[in-house]
Amino acid sequence: MISQFFVLSQRGDNIVFRDYRGEVAKGSAEIFFRKVKFWKEDGQEEAPPVFNVDGVNYFHVKVVGLLFVATTRVNVSPSLVLELLQRIARVIKDYLGVLSEDSLRKNFVLVYELLDEVIDFGYVQTTSTEVLKSYVFNEPIVVDAARLQPLGPAAIFMQGSKRMPGTAVTKSVVANEPGGRKREEIFVDIIEKISVTFSSSGYILTSEIDGTIQMKSYLTGNPEIRLALNEDLSIGRGGGSVYDYRSSSGAGPVILDDCNFHESVRLDSFDMDRTLALVPPDGEFPVMNYRMTQEFKPPFHINCLIEEAGHLKAEVILKVRAEFPSNITANTVVVQMPLPKYTTRASFELEPGAVGQRTDFKEANKKLEWGLKKIVGGSEHTLRAKLTFSQESHANITKEAGPVSMTFTIPMYNASRLQVKYLQIAKKSSSYNPYRWVRYVTQANSYVARI
Amino acid sequence: MAPPAQSQRSSSPSQPSGKSEVSDLKLQLRQLAGSRAPGVDDSKRELFKKVISYMTIGIDVSSLFGEMVMCSATSDIVLKKMCYLYVGNYAKVNPDLALLTINFLQRDCHDEDPMIRGLALRSLCSLRVANLVEYLVGPLGSGLKDSNSYVRIVAVIGVLKLYHISVSTCVDADFPSILKHLMLNDSDTQVVANCLSALQEIWSAEASTSEEASREREALISKPVIYYLLNRIKEFSEWAQCLVLELVAKYMPLESDEIFDIMNLLEDRLQHANGAVVLATIKVFLQLTLSLTDVHQQVYERIKAPLLTLVSSGSPEQSYAVLSHLHILVMRAPYIFSSDYKHFYCQYNEPYYVKRLKLEMLTAVANESNTYEIVTELCEYAANVDIPIARESIRAVGKIALQQYDVNAIVDRLLQFLEMEKDYVTAEALVLVKDLLRKYPQWSHDCIAVVGNISSKNVQEPKAKAALIWMLGEYSQDMQDAPYILESLVENWDEEHSAEVRLHLLTAVMKCFFKRPPETQNALGAALAAGIADFHQDVHDRALFYYRILQYNVSVAEHVVNPPKQAVSVFADTQSSEIKDRIFDEFNSLSVVYQKPSYMFTDKEHRGPFEFSDELGNLSIGGEAADNVVSAQRVEANDKDLLLTTSEKEETRGSSNNGTDYTAPYDSSSTSVFASQTRMELEISNPTSAGHAPQASLGIDDLLGLGLPAAPAPSSPQLKLSSKAVLDPSAFQQKWRQLPVALSQECSVSPQGVAAFTSPQALLRHMQSHSIHCIASGGQSPNFKFFFFAQKAEETSNYLVECVINTSSAKAQIKIKADDQSTSSAFSTVFQSALSRFGIP
Repeated sequence: MISQFFVLSQRGDNIVFRDYRGEVAKGSAEIFFRKVKFWKEDGQEEAPPVFNVDGVNYFHVKVVGLLFVATTRVNVSPSLVLELLQRIARVIKDYLGVLSEDSLRKNFVLVYELLDEVIDFGYVQTTSTEVLKSYVFNEPIVVDAARLQPLGPAAIFMQGSKRMPGTAVTKSVVANEPGGRKREEIFVDIIEKISVTFSSSGYILTSEIDGTIQMKSYLTGNPEIRLALNEDLSIGRGGGSVYDYRSSSGAGPVILDDCNFHESVRLDSFDMDRTLALVPPDGEFPVMNYRMTQEFKPPFHINCLIEEAGHLKAEVILKVRAEFPSNITANTVVVQMPLPKYTTRASFELEPGAVGQRTDFKEANKKLEWGLKKIVGGSEHTLRAKLTFSQESHANITKEAGPVSMTFTIPMYNASRLQVKYLQIAKKSSSYNPYRWVRYVTQANSYVARI
Repeated sequence: MAPPAQSQRSSSPSQPSGKSEVSDLKLQLRQLAGSRAPGVDDSKRELFKKVISYMTIGIDVSSLFGEMVMCSATSDIVLKKMCYLYVGNYAKVNPDLALLTINFLQRDCHDEDPMIRGLALRSLCSLRVANLVEYLVGPLGSGLKDSNSYVRIVAVIGVLKLYHISVSTCVDADFPSILKHLMLNDSDTQVVANCLSALQEIWSAEASTSEEASREREALISKPVIYYLLNRIKEFSEWAQCLVLELVAKYMPLESDEIFDIMNLLEDRLQHANGAVVLATIKVFLQLTLSLTDVHQQVYERIKAPLLTLVSSGSPEQSYAVLSHLHILVMRAPYIFSSDYKHFYCQYNEPYYVKRLKLEMLTAVANESNTYEIVTELCEYAANVDIPIARESIRAVGKIALQQYDVNAIVDRLLQFLEMEKDYVTAEALVLVKDLLRKYPQWSHDCIAVVGNISSKNVQEPKAKAALIWMLGEYSQDMQDAPYILESLVENWDEEHSAEVRLHLLTAVMKCFFKRPPETQNALGAALAAGIADFHQDVHDRALFYYRILQYNVSVAEHVVNPPKQAVSVFADTQSSEIKDRIFDEFNSLSVVYQKPSYMFTDKEHRGPFEFSDELGNLSIGGEAADNVVSAQRVEANDKDLLLTTSEKEETRGSSNNGTDYTAPYDSSSTSVFASQTRMELEISNPTSAGHAPQASLGIDDLLGLGLPAAPAPSSPQLKLSSKAVLDPSAFQQKWRQLPVALSQECSVSPQGVAAFTSPQALLRHMQSHSIHCIASGGQSPNFKFFFFAQKAEETSNYLVECVINTSSAKAQIKIKADDQSTSSAFSTVFQSALSRFGIP
């Protein structure tokens, strides 16, 4: 049971504010914002998602820089409220196509209309875009998607690659196309976030893939859909150790540690032929989340060397090698490395003929940053940096720097080898042939090499 | 008619600053109010939007109330909705104007479009104006009977809104029983869910005054209702499923078959993508199996994978909520998670609050087989750029060392920290080395060699400095320079700002003096002089005390200040096991995230729709007449404690004692050690006294002698209790909540007592004859629970007792709380002797 819901901009302005029960004073938004902005507890500067001020519990999630907040005086389930906040953001995004401060401000009446139906007197009624459609009458005012930072993991498809109908993911589920007719299409995205930690000697300490199969359907009449996954897919790692790197990579069955499914998914034939059946509701939703610790081939190999090079000087050599096929390209790659605290200057030397690369020494937090627009599969890139120190280093210099961390996005690549073998739509007529998009992408979650 | 509005609309939207805009809007609204021109709805929409946007940013637009209402005569549903929103926001502050809206809202409640009916009814109930409630009853009554489920959904919540505006109107209209009927019969699950929410709130509020309401509330967790809801669980929305599951977690099945049926039914809920559903299911599983130790463990194994999946899917905020729950499970049963330690490794980009939880989990799960890897990982964090996490990591290494079997390797790591030459690393490591030496004095040689190399000038943090000084004093015979380092520290007395450090310095110089008198004499003189002149009271007093005791007799002084030490075996736990159990009982709530039981952060009326713990309102009031005892099943259902078996309790206590999850105190003052030792004694005494069980009436004196050295000798005059004690239930409840447990013991009931235990009433009469009065009781064979109270004769000092009697094991567990703690053990004697005479003619 929640008392109030509000959305604040980055500057702390109320964009929408709904009081459901009148139990919490009106000034709560300011109290909340001040607390979050100047959070200083346990020597930390980041407020946890849930905290209590004078008997009022504040919950918040950050979505595209906006703060979605709920308050209550009751000892409720925190995961229920946080899940709800996230879901409200998703419903709003389904309606507006794009979730941003601008689109919210333009459509706040529609948002109020949604909020009235989602929660009544603090109790959740529904968060289904499908159900809400029949209660909500405002037409969304569409904002220009191109300029805005999009929401959600599927948004990465908007970058670069021309094969994908980028703007489709920013289409409202209720708005009609300019032509008046809706395009029949369905998107299935396999999004994987990978975490790998390499030891200083280069072997893998831990690795995990957190994946989700995301669906967004624009099909009219809600036909049933069947998604077939790898036939040799197995779930649950019986008996053996959780971390087992003996099996060779690149072949063999895909073994998931565990997974969960969306409400609408029926698993009648899952045990038999690894097929998920569902009638997709409107809007974007995860069909399945999964987690895998089975060994996989990490897409990048990182090599880092730091050594002293004379009095008050040191040199860093960073090498990144792409271990995936050459028809695949990673983009928006950033490599970061904390340098010793007493570093005053860093001069960089890129390999000859390097394009689309940038280097930076972040003075404030003593960090080296190396950005690469693109890395083609199979290629290797090197960065050399000469460091100048303000004082003698006492201890082992490798203890003062690192670890190297990396972020990237690799479209049309998935580390787990989990696949959607086919996507079957129950036919309404022989001429009915909607567009189907099955897309893969891998992103770095925590990709770290120790030195 | 329309044109003027048009032209004004096109005037550029100025910055909303206040009055002029509002009066401008007022004018425009007025012009539009009576208009029937085409397109007028569009103009109204624009104006309404403006009004609402002002409202959102906090500009007071309540002065437009009249105009807004005038404009609301429209068939445009978007306009209507905006108008409802506005009216709902301002009706409370404008009760007179709100009356204006009643008319059109009531009319809309009879609209042929169910959507309009529902919306109007919702707005009508949201006005929150007490003198308008009479207008609500009719529309609500028909709303509850509406053929359209949307209207019924709205009407059910409307009843709850009405209850909050006017309790009597709601109750007099008999709405709660209509809701009850709907809950059990409506075809729409959202109607059912809303009925459940509303009834929980209404009956919980009523329960304190109405016997019937509390019975109704109990009935919600009765078998028929629970089964009815469980059988339909998949029809409910995911949110309503959480509601139902929360209710099921309160249900206490009578047979173990039932437990397994429920768990099998809910098994697939663990695979739900919504974390709230999964956690609610886990709570059911955990609560159901509390009394089945083996199954309870299997549940832990079963829920591991789904929890880990939830932690790694979803937003950081969601995974934090799940991780907090995983944390509490790991802390309760670390051995079950010891092979999953890699999941608790920190990722560099995680926020502090996540890393902190993970570090605690890593510390808890460390055992013989994984310690090496965990400590290696923690050492990586210690060198991290994230300083607070580096500190926490070093502390974690220290804690593992203190709970470990093979400390050897860890000590080496800690000593390496000291050589890293980062001031915060050195500081944390010094504190740890000090704690380590208190537990493992045999390591002193290795440690002292390294500590001796640390320049006290590089140590600034008071806690670290205090630790270093303590070591200098304690091991001055092994550290060549100790007297001289201490001397230089004494010389800089005035620059030392921390009183804690100065106190330690005094003691250390004293200790050093006893070991190496000639070298320390000067320093001691200077220290005592500086200490006596110190402005800080404690420092002054300690210096004076040392000075006088030295004057009196040096060997006595040595005996006092530097006696032979015993190694500390267990450091005091920061959280009592009672509190931990309470938090566990409140699984899937904020208590878990805050790591505090709800009474510490929430007012009573907000503890959640179904918070029963230590509420007595639902137990029958047996103050005056002992025969007035509530039916057994009710109480049993709402008190989980009752079903905890004795062995279970022992086990939880045991696990918190073995030191797996304590936080080491940083101060080296001996009080914390003493506290932990007394606590241990008390707890150890329990099983011992249980062992003396067979002759219960004799066993009591034994128990006192064993467990409570401070208790008055048996010969001392017995505590006199007032036979006419009075305490009303709410006062009892309040006291029970506020007072700490003074005594918690287990004793035996004589075989005669068990035989006489035909009904709880018999015991109540017996106790009353000993001036111990029952305030509430309940239970069913073999478990009975009683709350007693007593008052000291001629004084208003109260004793409160919770007594759980198990007739099959002939054991009674008692918890005593007292206004005057010092007499609680004396009272315990009286209570137990009274209890022991039960059944003996």
